[in-house]
Amino acid sequence: MRNVWIIAVREFRRYFISPLAYAAAAVIFLVLGLIFSLNVSFGLPTGQMSPDGRMVMQPLVFVLLFISPAFTMRLLAEEQRMGTLELLLTAPVRDWELVVGKWLGSLGFLLVVIAGTWIFPLLINQFTEPGIDQGVLLSAYIGLAALAAAILAIGVFASSLFSSPAAAYIVGVAITLGLWILGGVRAGLSPASQLVSYFGLVNHYYDNLYQGILHLTDLVYYASLTSLALFLTSQVVESRRWR
Amino acid sequence: MIEANQLSKSYGNLTALAGISFEARRGEILGFLGPNGAGKTTAMRILTGYMPPTGGTARVAGFDVVEESLEVRRRVGYLPETNPLYPEMSGREYLTFMGSLRRVENLDERVEQVLEQVGLEERGDSLIGNLSKGLRQRVGLAQALLHQPEVLILDEPTIGLDPAQIIEVRNLIREFGRERTVMLSTHILSEAQQLCDRVLIIHKGRIVAEDTPANLSAQLAGADRIIVRTTAEAGVLADLLRSVPGVESVALGQQEGVVEVSSAPGRDLRPLLARKIVERELDLLELRTTGISLESIFLQLTQEEQASMSEET
Repeated sequence: MRNVWIIAVREFRRYFISPLAYAAAAVIFLVLGLIFSLNVSFGLPTGQMSPDGRMVMQPLVFVLLFISPAFTMRLLAEEQRMGTLELLLTAPVRDWELVVGKWLGSLGFLLVVIAGTWIFPLLINQFTEPGIDQGVLLSAYIGLAALAAAILAIGVFASSLFSSPAAAYIVGVAITLGLWILGGVRAGLSPASQLVSYFGLVNHYYDNLYQGILHLTDLVYYASLTSLALFLTSQVVESRRWR
Repeated sequence: MIEANQLSKSYGNLTALAGISFEARRGEILGFLGPNGAGKTTAMRILTGYMPPTGGTARVAGFDVVEESLEVRRRVGYLPETNPLYPEMSGREYLTFMGSLRRVENLDERVEQVLEQVGLEERGDSLIGNLSKGLRQRVGLAQALLHQPEVLILDEPTIGLDPAQIIEVRNLIREFGRERTVMLSTHILSEAQQLCDRVLIIHKGRIVAEDTPANLSAQLAGADRIIVRTTAEAGVLADLLRSVPGVESVALGQQEGVVEVSSAPGRDLRPLLARKIVERELDLLELRTTGISLESIFLQLTQEEQASMSEET
């Protein structure tokens, strides 16, 4: 476990000297800031919109879909391209420790970015009486963290498949988008539609966690997806040894 | 410390190692000599636990490289051929990172020690990406030495270094090899000759020879060569010397007026050659024997191998 921590800390720190990470984080804040200010200037005065702490969270989920794979794309792909994977795989580190450590480092950084978006609900809270519903907000943020963990795990998986970060990015977005689309199927009566809908990436978020409904099943879904992606990544890393 | 038993490795249809067996003892520097693509790197990657062999077994420091890979990796220091490093880290940061993964005790102190050992104490805080190739090679070497491994495996450790650095690195390896086991690969024959207690010559995934550098030279010294230089044209000289009894072949040398004479072993032809030259009233400038080098042994062995293989088919 200590190896996981050592690797996670190193990856986490590395984001703070990475221009790419700053650029990606800047995009997140610019897009959210723009949406927020437009809503406050035009949406709220017309009364079409009520002040809500989650004002920026709906777009944030969408932005994360495209930005998160950028945080994970080089994690394993670059190690492979530069040959440094050989160093890590000949150090006394288990394959899964490497994979989980990389993922945890990226999760740490993304959580810092997500925590930064808390500024928007805080602002709303300042200017409304009697303030916003903190319970719903908390549930939405817990859900967002779980969703981010899953998207990042998928990104780490994509990164293990290639030695080109760009390819890892495209495939990471594609897998995430595919899972997202599955959620477009409304759970009907047929078991098949229920199953497909269950695998949808964001339904668990929008239908429950975002609404302030903190169900264990939704968190289990994200935890399972994360574990599966990380497990598959470990398998891919191990299979590299056999080639 | 290292025992390899019938190790083989194939990548798809390509056979990189065709069943090699060897061992290295404590306090021994074992050289792995062969042309590029002979299977040196593959063998080293198996011994360091990076990849499993297709067939055969190997034990390093008493542990099986497949079954007890982590134990092996704890005890091995490895410098891969490409010397991969993180350019955005400083040498100090990098060594601290690798050292913490290896649970090195008193890590900070040890990092300073090893930086000093490879002569990098001044440049420890420079980003690795800004270091010259030679300095980077030292960072790689420092990483391999950091945890004071029982077995040190170095893939082409002196590649890309300038002559002064090569001498330094060789001294480091020699010092280290006194108490521990070092296995190094090289395609530079003089390096193997100077550094190694024992040399394995590997070609196309097979071991074609194994002995001390001295014994290899003696065993394979089939022919003696004599260098002759006169003021006459080399072509004229060559024709003249071919007529001397005992001469097997005469080749033109690289410099003007120089020829190389090969003779059967055990017969010193120098007096005969000298007499012949003086009889013709040519001015003799140089006449000396030259010992057979590992280089020619190597060429000889690999050519024999090719010849015997083509006979088989």
